[in-house]
Amino acid sequence: MRARAPLGLAVALVLALAACGSGGGNPAPRRTVTVLAAASLTEVFGRLEQRFEAEHPGVDVKISYGGSSDLAQQIVNGAPADVFAAANTSTMDTVARAGLAGQPRVFATNELRIAVPADNPKNIGSLADLAKDGVVLVVCAPQVPCGAATQKVATAAGVRLRPASEEPDVKSVLGKVVAGEADAGLVYVTDVHARGDRVRGVAFPEAAGARNDYPITVPSGAPEAELGRQFVELVRGQVGREALTAAGFQVP
Amino acid sequence: MAAAPSSPGPLRPDRPSVPFGRGGADRHRTRAALPWPLWGPALAGLGLLVLPVLGLVARADWVRLPELVTSDAALTALGLSLRTAAASTALCLLLGGPLAVVLARGRPPGLRVLRSLVLLPLVLPPVVGGLALLYLLGRTGLVGRYLDLYLGVRVPFTTTAVVLAQTFVAMPFLVVSLEGALRTAGDRYETVAATLGARPWTVFWRVTVPLLLPGLGSAVVLAFARALGEFGATIAFAGSLAGQTRTLPLEIYLQRESDVDGAVALSLLLVAVAAVVVVLARPRAVEGAR
Amino acid sequence: MTPRSSALDVDVELGRPGFALSVALRVEPGEVLAVLGPNGSGKSTLLGVLAGLLRPDRGRVVLGGRTLTDAGRGAHVPPHRRGVGLLAQQPLLFPHLTAEANVAFGPRARGVPRRAAREIARRWLSEVDVLELADRRPAELSGGQAQRVAVARALAAEPDLVLLDEPFAALDVDAAPALRAVLGRVLRAGGRTALVVTHDPLDALVLSDRLVVLDAGVVVEAGPTRQVLARPRTAFTARIAGLELVAGVAAPTGLRAPDGAVLAGHREPGLVDGVPAVAVFPPRAVAVHRERPNGSPRNVFPVVLAGLEPRADVVRLRAAAAPGGPGWAEGLSADVTPAAVADLGLEPGLPVWFAVKATEVTLCPAPGETVSAR
Repeated sequence: MRARAPLGLAVALVLALAACGSGGGNPAPRRTVTVLAAASLTEVFGRLEQRFEAEHPGVDVKISYGGSSDLAQQIVNGAPADVFAAANTSTMDTVARAGLAGQPRVFATNELRIAVPADNPKNIGSLADLAKDGVVLVVCAPQVPCGAATQKVATAAGVRLRPASEEPDVKSVLGKVVAGEADAGLVYVTDVHARGDRVRGVAFPEAAGARNDYPITVPSGAPEAELGRQFVELVRGQVGREALTAAGFQVP
Repeated sequence: MAAAPSSPGPLRPDRPSVPFGRGGADRHRTRAALPWPLWGPALAGLGLLVLPVLGLVARADWVRLPELVTSDAALTALGLSLRTAAASTALCLLLGGPLAVVLARGRPPGLRVLRSLVLLPLVLPPVVGGLALLYLLGRTGLVGRYLDLYLGVRVPFTTTAVVLAQTFVAMPFLVVSLEGALRTAGDRYETVAATLGARPWTVFWRVTVPLLLPGLGSAVVLAFARALGEFGATIAFAGSLAGQTRTLPLEIYLQRESDVDGAVALSLLLVAVAAVVVVLARPRAVEGAR
Repeated sequence: MTPRSSALDVDVELGRPGFALSVALRVEPGEVLAVLGPNGSGKSTLLGVLAGLLRPDRGRVVLGGRTLTDAGRGAHVPPHRRGVGLLAQQPLLFPHLTAEANVAFGPRARGVPRRAAREIARRWLSEVDVLELADRRPAELSGGQAQRVAVARALAAEPDLVLLDEPFAALDVDAAPALRAVLGRVLRAGGRTALVVTHDPLDALVLSDRLVVLDAGVVVEAGPTRQVLARPRTAFTARIAGLELVAGVAAPTGLRAPDGAVLAGHREPGLVDGVPAVAVFPPRAVAVHRERPNGSPRNVFPVVLAGLEPRADVVRLRAAAAPGGPGWAEGLSADVTPAAVADLGLEPGLPVWFAVKATEVTLCPAPGETVSAR
């Protein structure tokens, strides 16, 4: 009795969690393609999902957005995925080390912009301006991809940044700029696009030297590998390129 | 010789004293049986609380653990966490203690509304609290704009902001548990003290506070533990900068992006610190105010 | 321990849903007034008003010339500046302080230096016979001991007026008489003005000089304690008092009545031979005989039946003094069953014998005796 308790417990937990996870569906589609995508792709992939479902009747696309490293951990830990689109190559490498990456291809690149409030009160025009006294700067922490890119451009420009905060993700950086707490923040150009009304992006030449590559792949062991390949083709094809460009990405 | 059967006995002490109190569990005592269907959910609930920590323990890289928890980043974050949690606990006590007394003993107008307001941070997502603080004390905030304009004081991105964020989320714990203790105790002792000629201030220090000390201990520990674990309000209001605003939970959140082993190790460190704190105060906190 | 004697004048009204208190009374300096009444009669409300814990709707409370409450002018002296001490049913000793520190609390609160306050506390503890418990915490005291400490604490604060709210109600029956004796002694020794609220006529008898009876918020009877208890003018008082009293002097064998007869009974603690005392017993404890009973020689005396009053389930017999019998028997009552009345053929004018079991008689000091002339 006592020994069986943990097992019964685990079963109960799993059942409860599974019950939470499965939403009630309409006429059940016969097939489902599961996509794990970096959060910065939310808008673009949302459009592509509709397109894909329209072209493949009876197929349901389920996209799970999240931080690239979280998603990579999920795949390594056995979560089923037919497509994995990451915001950087290092997280794809994590999956590759586990032998699950398949054949990743870069389908988009993203680069940094200086995000400033719409009225740009500190008159920021270049990376060097960020080091001026009295400028409250917020960046990503070096441990996360946007922070690594930030370090790279700063080094390239020979600018020593003194951020007021090193945030754990790019959305937090943007949030501080939107709230008016920061005079400037370093974020991706796609983030600036997404908040076009509240912030403005200032381009700077060094950004090109720290482009972020977005790889996409059909992980090995994908339950619906064929559908996954078709989704990747959609992303890399004309429709995908247009949607990506509209969101601020550059496409190879 | 037959004794008088109904003699009450003059030697009977008039109520024996019980120096050992009611704390000791009597192994001879039986209780009404528990309905058995409670055991299942109870065990499941316990499992949900305990098993994740076991998961953490199982996932930890025990070989690298010493090195991971003694890294510069970890020690800096731990030090900052302990300092800020201590400061915010002190602030909770300084502000929340009097608030609890006023709520329990005073008759402020709109008491019900006031009490709900005090509880608000308990039910709000902490990140909302952080945003709220930002829009109050931030550079463009309701009050913050004048602080900046007239005093040149900017709160966000400072250690002060961390302390304020922690105080915001932790104070309700202190106020609620203190107020509960005060209400349980009742005001009879204070009334007696007043009829003995003690002024309100004397009554407060010599009667209210000493009677509250046991409850105060658990209230303080709860507040400290909550402050120690604070994440959402801190990241939203104070940002994250090593040594200044990046407390242990923020460091864990950040490390999990790049070094999962490091994040797990720091999580265990936080679990250990929290466990020490809670165990220190467990008897009172669990048994509640007497 | 300087005797503080202040007169108390009260004339207040306080209304609550379903209850109204309307009381006017005066307590002379050094006098102990008992307030007797059933639950819900307004006794505790009255104490609350006097202690300053309740504000009356109308009226005044004046103590020793100081106006403590004047509802008309909106004046209300807060409890800690009233000089009114309160001893409740529960001792309510501060649990974090020793017995001594509890008693020293009042002196400390009025600014007495630590050492002097300690001296005062020890003096009061010895006054109530618990000096040896000075270093104990309340949790280590019995109920009776704790209440003694509470008495010492209340008096050490030197209140101008002491309020006692059923001070024995929460005590074991064994502990109550001893504490009652102690309280009677210290109140009298200090010459303190005091007000004792109780529902037990015995408390009133032992502690008080005068008695008011409260019913539904109004005073229905007032007068010297013994007189009110022994000769209730209202049926209400008779019902709640319900005691027969015989006055006399305490003697080694019992109570010596003026005619030399001795009534045996249970002695209250603190009763000293030679002092004025009363023997108290309920009318139902009186047995009635046509002939002098043989077996039980004590507490038997001849009377003449003066009247018979049917009560709910008993018949109350009223006695007049018998020719040659004790004069103090005049007015005593006995409650017997209707069947007994029929069996014995009882009727007014009939000479009978009253017998009271010694175990039903309480002998207690009668302080009211000395001031009953008021």
